[in-house]
Amino acid sequence: MKIIKNKTIIEDDWQVLRLDNQETTDNVTVAAGKIIVPLEVWQTQRDTLQQRENIGVWLASDERPEALKDDLQKFAVIAIDFPKFADGRGYSIAYNLRSRLGYTGELRAIGDVLRDQLFYMYRVGFDAFSPRPDRNIEDALKGFSDFSEVYQTSFDQPTPLFNRVKRKGNSAVGLINE
Amino acid sequence: MYRYDEYDQQIVDERVKQYRDQVRRRLANELTENEFLPLRLQNGLYMQVHAYMLRIAVPYGLVSSKQMRIFSHIARKYDRGYGHLTTRQNIQFNWLKLEDTPDILADLASVEMHAIQTSGNCIRNITSDEYAGVAQDEVVDPRPYAEILRQWSTFHPEFAFLPRKFKIAISGGREDRAAILAHDIGLSVIKNAQGEIGFRVFVGGGLGRTPIIGNEICEFVPWQHALTYVESILRIYNQYGRRDNKYKARIKILVKALGIDEFRRQVEEDWAASKDGPATLTQEELDRVASFFTDPNYESLPDTNSTLNEFKADNRSFSNWMQRNVKPHRVPGYAIVVLSLKKQDVAPGDATAEQMDKVADLADRYSFGECRITHKQNLVLADVKQSDLISLWQEANTYDLATPNIGLLTDMISCPGAEFCTLANARSIPLAQLISERFDNLDFQHDIGEIALNISGCMNACGQNHIGNIGITGVEKKNHDEWYQVSIGGSEGNDSSIGKIIGPSFKFHQVPEAIDRLLQVYLRERIEAERFIDTVRRIGLKPFKEHVYATDFEVEPEETLSKKEVAPAQYTIPFYSPRF
Repeated sequence: MKIIKNKTIIEDDWQVLRLDNQETTDNVTVAAGKIIVPLEVWQTQRDTLQQRENIGVWLASDERPEALKDDLQKFAVIAIDFPKFADGRGYSIAYNLRSRLGYTGELRAIGDVLRDQLFYMYRVGFDAFSPRPDRNIEDALKGFSDFSEVYQTSFDQPTPLFNRVKRKGNSAVGLINE
Repeated sequence: MYRYDEYDQQIVDERVKQYRDQVRRRLANELTENEFLPLRLQNGLYMQVHAYMLRIAVPYGLVSSKQMRIFSHIARKYDRGYGHLTTRQNIQFNWLKLEDTPDILADLASVEMHAIQTSGNCIRNITSDEYAGVAQDEVVDPRPYAEILRQWSTFHPEFAFLPRKFKIAISGGREDRAAILAHDIGLSVIKNAQGEIGFRVFVGGGLGRTPIIGNEICEFVPWQHALTYVESILRIYNQYGRRDNKYKARIKILVKALGIDEFRRQVEEDWAASKDGPATLTQEELDRVASFFTDPNYESLPDTNSTLNEFKADNRSFSNWMQRNVKPHRVPGYAIVVLSLKKQDVAPGDATAEQMDKVADLADRYSFGECRITHKQNLVLADVKQSDLISLWQEANTYDLATPNIGLLTDMISCPGAEFCTLANARSIPLAQLISERFDNLDFQHDIGEIALNISGCMNACGQNHIGNIGITGVEKKNHDEWYQVSIGGSEGNDSSIGKIIGPSFKFHQVPEAIDRLLQVYLRERIEAERFIDTVRRIGLKPFKEHVYATDFEVEPEETLSKKEVAPAQYTIPFYSPRF
């Protein structure tokens, strides 16, 4: 499967484990290989899962990144699920994971991930994106270049525009009706 | 006023390009309507009953004459020759085609304007005092802070998909003229005992289905920390605000559920991590932005004008206008003029292209080329020489901009209502017109004095019915019949309060009579110069209620019974809403 990482399209073999109706966090068998498991599966099967070489975890939009506070180094990837693209909790989860908890590994957006949100996602700290499979992934890449400048700080830009560049005051800009 | 530098311009130009491509993808069906919807909303584009409606951001209500002329151009070229001023100091156009909207945004960008975040579940256009910078009671000019907040909120990556819309208002006068207690965040710029500037911060106010007056969350946030503090409020809200029910998704519900103390604790815990960080506002940036809001070249003038007084004595309508539409200015010899857009037979807040051009012209000649949109849907010329008042009045009069009714009964706030809006239960504008007709007599209006009558077509309360001294709300009833609830006792400003419903609702044609009966009680009970709201507060709801419902109302006259069939026929373009 293809994903976007560091703004380029790459092949990726991570599988996202989503529980079906019969499965519970303690009875589900986590297959071998590179698997991104739900937070609750991680919490239930932590003892066995943390032995594994390649393990990832994903957070639902109503889960807290602080739940991973002591485990951050154990994951090759942390993913945040967007159940609907209009559910914006994932942005604050990502920001908190990066800026407050200091997570430095791969942070992947999964679920309803669409071109027009990638710019915002990138800003709050996502560096990997798994766009919805029915959409053209090359097209999605264009989402990163919508804007070349931003006003406010976020994870990608710790300095606000007013402290980064010399901005013009009234005397340098002139009156609007001229 | 603020002017774009190359960074502001680039961001807005890139937005036009991005939006143009989104519209292209929608028209090519690469985006579904569901996917396009939040994108167009964040650009102020609604699909209404008859056509697309575009809401243009007017930051804190300030407009230059050049920008006003672009509005008239849009009205003529893309709309039906008029625009509508909103209660959040914006302007909207109601009859647009989707295909034209990218070009409209390009026209707006050419005069440093946009429609960014005028709708959608994001931080909306920041509103402020319409007399900012010129009011006599001003403590601190709020405009530089409003502009700084505008920039901070523009495309904030973390808060583009909040649980619900988010409105911030900021005021710097002793009297609050921006209804800050009815906003998600209300900021009052103040000076502390040491003379330092900061913000008294209120949170969780709002109207809509659950009207609540904002709670104080912090009594003094130093100005340097305004952005980080507000950001922490948003971060808590974004994570914990309800998303399961859109009617319970505003921040006021979260604040109520947690309690203000627990909400404050969470905000301050988050704030501890960003306070004093790199986003802290600097003196240099404040000075830069404030440099755009320095005084224009005021002349030294005497504060009395004998010609004016003589003319006033001889001319009743001019003296009425002086009394209602002209407000004191902090600079001697100057005055603030409110141009009324409330006139019988015209929808409250509608301005024609000709009126817009005239206002631009008046602004150029009498008020340093600037005007303001008020949250009561009028226009303000903020810096008029007192010696120009007579000629300004004469010119404004010929364009129907001088109705002497500011603050009076016919200076109503009204939402667009069911003829335009897909949310509304009932019509607002025709009701406003019916009320205007009934109380057309100016002497009667002046006798009643200050009163705020606010009309909304549904409980979403865009017409701010809850804070009207008299509030009218369209309610849902069987058979699409139009019914209206009437409340009294609401008010905005320092003594904000939420109105109380007086009793069973009224049919369309009964509303003016119900208002008349309320006014009869007021005239009977008032003491000296007491305003309507003061009387309501003093004697309570009961006498009003008793009198209004004491006798029967007339049955609906037959000629209006079939109005449901008539309503759509007055519009000539096909419309696609199954509403009527």
